[in-house]
Amino acid sequence: MNAANKPIDQTNPFRPEPARIVRTYYLTDDVKFFQVRLVDMEKALSFKYKAGQFAMVSVLGTGEAPFCLSSTPSRPGLLEFCIRKIGSVTNALFQLKENALIGLRGPYGNGFPVDDMRGKDVIIVVGGLGVAPLRSVLLYCLDNRDQFGKISVLHGAKKPSEMIFRDEYFSLKERGDLDCHLAVDKDDTGAWQENIGVVTTLFPHLKNVDAENTFSLVCGPPVMYKFVIKELLKLNIPKNQILMTLERRMKCGVGKCGHCAIDYIYTCLDGPVFTYWDVLHMRELI
Amino acid sequence: MRILKLNKSDLFTFLGAISKQTELWAPLKKDVKYVFERVSDISKIELQTTRTIIPPKKIMVPPSFNMFHFNASDYQEDFSHITKKILFGIHPCDIHGLLILDKLFTQEYPDPYYLEARKNTLILGLSCWPDEHCFCQSTRTNIVEEGYDLFFTDLQGYFLVWIGSSQGDDLVRMIPGIFDECLLDKDIQAYIRWQSEKEKAFKTEIDFITMPDLMELKYRAPFWNKAGDACLACGSCSMVCPTCNCYNVSDKLFLGNRPGERSRFWDSCTLPEYSQVGSGENFREHKSDRLKLWYTHKLQAYVSKFGKPSCVGCGRCIATCPVNINVKTIAKALEGEDVEAFWQRMNQEVAP
Repeated sequence: MNAANKPIDQTNPFRPEPARIVRTYYLTDDVKFFQVRLVDMEKALSFKYKAGQFAMVSVLGTGEAPFCLSSTPSRPGLLEFCIRKIGSVTNALFQLKENALIGLRGPYGNGFPVDDMRGKDVIIVVGGLGVAPLRSVLLYCLDNRDQFGKISVLHGAKKPSEMIFRDEYFSLKERGDLDCHLAVDKDDTGAWQENIGVVTTLFPHLKNVDAENTFSLVCGPPVMYKFVIKELLKLNIPKNQILMTLERRMKCGVGKCGHCAIDYIYTCLDGPVFTYWDVLHMRELI
Repeated sequence: MRILKLNKSDLFTFLGAISKQTELWAPLKKDVKYVFERVSDISKIELQTTRTIIPPKKIMVPPSFNMFHFNASDYQEDFSHITKKILFGIHPCDIHGLLILDKLFTQEYPDPYYLEARKNTLILGLSCWPDEHCFCQSTRTNIVEEGYDLFFTDLQGYFLVWIGSSQGDDLVRMIPGIFDECLLDKDIQAYIRWQSEKEKAFKTEIDFITMPDLMELKYRAPFWNKAGDACLACGSCSMVCPTCNCYNVSDKLFLGNRPGERSRFWDSCTLPEYSQVGSGENFREHKSDRLKLWYTHKLQAYVSKFGKPSCVGCGRCIATCPVNINVKTIAKALEGEDVEAFWQRMNQEVAP
């Protein structure tokens, strides 16, 4: 457990803390953005977390599920989630309006090793909903821009309307201090001005990569990893500097319910961020 | 450690006295098997039992209980399933099972429900004699040094009573006069004799030292597929295992003003949807993948974390699995024995 990031309720780690949906809107047809604030103002401001950590979100009467935090710890107070409608909890979440109460507990998991990444170059490779955890670390790096080297973002989506945070990325492209490339597999609108093709077709845009001094962060659909990792290895990025964040079923988030167990570790305690070396070393990771 | 003597004829007097104020739970007979149940008639307590169907973990973490009551804005903890209990007749393997659960439920984030139940339960251990399925000698859980308040070693006609805690000491002081402080040399000799005879009585032996390496080396061995094909994915092995701690959580709503409930209930990694995520992706679709997880945890993972297997040799999986998939047959398969004959019990006994 990260000492700085104590759970909200330290006597009962399972007790959700009341939180309010401050803002919610559709990002795509089936993905919604949620901005949430703990009702207790003091707890809202003292909620400390790391990019890449996750929280357990409860919808009264429906249940609880893990969601990665999409907001950056460098902007405390409001927590943000980027959620796809896929099961019972998310279906119930989608029906909630602004000002509705939910339950929240966390933060859990290891998060990205931002301290090790300081001073290094960062390549972020996003596929589809993989943007949810990577947005947190990207915004964190940008909020502390002088602490990191070159920042490159490769973002792929199926089609323009499915590019999550599309507008946010368009404005990031305007910034001069990062290298951002967007791609869609297929443009059904005819209006797409960026690249067309899968995310790996963006790799030629990466120029003069200083592999030893680069951390690469990857998150996307399972099918994406194999191809992206191949490209990263071609660039000679060390295996233990290729980071990915994984999804598992979880019922507790605190290493008790067993569902996220892989080998001798729990994804909720020792993950969800793993290196490519972990993947090679441990069975069943991908 | 304080060690006393108690005449066998005084045991029920003692149990009667200490259970006046507190619930007493002990092994009772149910058909041809034994179960830990609340005792209403002390004379029904079974002293010569082998394993109970379900281990005493059910007292610490009931198969299903309510964690929270909730209304529109708040979650209130619910500890109402926890009462003060005295648990008599727990064998060394099951005491070790609880010690392992202690580690699992307290690492990093202590589980308040488990801890509260543990705090409210006194453990009165009882010695036992192995049957053909017991292998606690192999897991080195045949002897207990901690984890009990009192431990009764049955030496024909009388018990040696080991006092393991301050609360245990309070119990023996409740009825003055029935415990004998004077341990004679012949008592010690009788104990040593009993101990060495018991050592010889084990019929099942498993070499746990090699298991972590074999789990790694044989992770892709074909026998796993055979076991997977035979497995019924019924989850019985997890229900009866003293160290299986997995659970599921679900919310319930009621009509009217009754607050909602978030209940927690036992789960098993051998069940099909155990590793399935929201998108429908199932990380362990085949039964062999799930069996591998079960045995990774018992034979390998706990060893790397805590230096010993999370198997206590109680033999419940051997006695329970309808198709003979258990620690014994998996260990034999890992050691390279021919597996053809192993997973046939279903054909032979249950559905001949």
